[in-house]
Amino acid sequence: MTETVSNNSGKEPIKASELDPKFKYELLKMHGSEKILKCFQCGTCTSDCPVARYSDSYRPRTLIHMAQLGLRDRVLKSDTLWLCAACFTCTDRCPQDVEVASVIRVFRNLAAENGCIPQVFKEQAASLLESGYAYKIPELRIKKRESQGLPPLPKGNAENVRKTLKGVKFIETVQKPAGEQPNAQ
Amino acid sequence: MPSKYLIFLGCAIPYRVSAYEISARKVLTKLGVELVEMPEFNCCGLPLDPVSHETMLILAAKNLALAEQQGLNILTLCPGCAGTLKKVNKILKEDKALKEQINSHLKEAGLEFKGTIETKHLLQVLKEDVGIEKIKASVVKPLTMLKVAEHNGCHILRPKEYIGFDDPEDPQSLKMLIEATGATCLDYIDETECCGAPSVGVSDKVALQLARDKLNHVKMVDAQALITICPFCHIMYDTNELRIEKMFNETYGIPILHYPQLLGLAMGMTPEELAFNELRVNASKILKQVTEGVLKQ
Repeated sequence: MTETVSNNSGKEPIKASELDPKFKYELLKMHGSEKILKCFQCGTCTSDCPVARYSDSYRPRTLIHMAQLGLRDRVLKSDTLWLCAACFTCTDRCPQDVEVASVIRVFRNLAAENGCIPQVFKEQAASLLESGYAYKIPELRIKKRESQGLPPLPKGNAENVRKTLKGVKFIETVQKPAGEQPNAQ
Repeated sequence: MPSKYLIFLGCAIPYRVSAYEISARKVLTKLGVELVEMPEFNCCGLPLDPVSHETMLILAAKNLALAEQQGLNILTLCPGCAGTLKKVNKILKEDKALKEQINSHLKEAGLEFKGTIETKHLLQVLKEDVGIEKIKASVVKPLTMLKVAEHNGCHILRPKEYIGFDDPEDPQSLKMLIEATGATCLDYIDETECCGAPSVGVSDKVALQLARDKLNHVKMVDAQALITICPFCHIMYDTNELRIEKMFNETYGIPILHYPQLLGLAMGMTPEELAFNELRVNASKILKQVTEGVLKQ
């Protein structure tokens, strides 16, 4: 057995030193994962998950089980966390009402706090803070609206967006220059 | 019957799905629904929920607070925006402590969330407020020559607890609205499956496989078009259809229409008025059929 812990899958043997018994209790207090302990591993989430059908690694049931066991790092550093399409099929069909998609979202939020933020979200955050819109609307599109008979776009008040998001940890992280941001994995 | 709404465009529609906005505004006007523009706007928050739930809550609550100042309910064209605004409205109304926390952020911009308005998606407004009968009455050119399939997408239906519209396992509203135009709406396998759009950028392979599944199922029943009500689902199928055909060696040629484009045709509007030219997958075959079919009557 090797000393290095694989963070990308649950396939490496689990070592007692990896387990964080407090992880599940932290999750119980977070908005979205309050019901994680109700999961009895029936597997409905995974069997009905459209992404799991085509991914070799994304298994919501496994992620929840790993979290229940206290495998904090394996869960939060898992690449597959970001594959969830947020279709909410698992949430609607879970017989234990675990709100699986919200639990996955909590995992992602925690991963992001640790610096694992996929590029696409950094770009959307940058656009939001600059324009109020999640995508930077091209000037050409804005001008074209008039000839298409469409009213002008509502003003995205970026200043007010920045004011209201003051103090939010994620926003503070993405506003830091790249060098000062925590590194992903 | 409320017939005046604040229209909430979201980000994806002005970014690259203008045919949806053009056609929706035209049919709503014709049905007597008055649209008021948002005085100020920001992203609904959904795109950033995966990385920061708190950011999403603040952004959604800020939009709701702006709408509350206007004293009008919100109509969205994007199910993602509708779902987010509905969910946050419900969560904050039920959780006083969270509401106070979010309002402390909104205060920085002189705003306050109170929870006095509702949000509805276009489909819900057409079904519940305008009504199927009124829509049927607005049809001047019944599309009886067309057989199409519907794609509801996820966020118009799920999670059921927050959305509270139609049956997520067997949705009927879009079907009824399609049949109101005179067209036949075909059943097919896995109608309620996700288009895959949210996985684009993380794994294009998974996303395109899901879209391919859908197009295969729609092709199996010989649907002449796929009807969507979501900008992301539309991008997923319309923009990627050619790419999927090449990647998986398939042939579809299935045009992807926004529902108001279909309804607009039945109301007698021209393809030009309904921005059919913006579609990537050529719809001229069915448009020809519509024109000739109507001429035959």
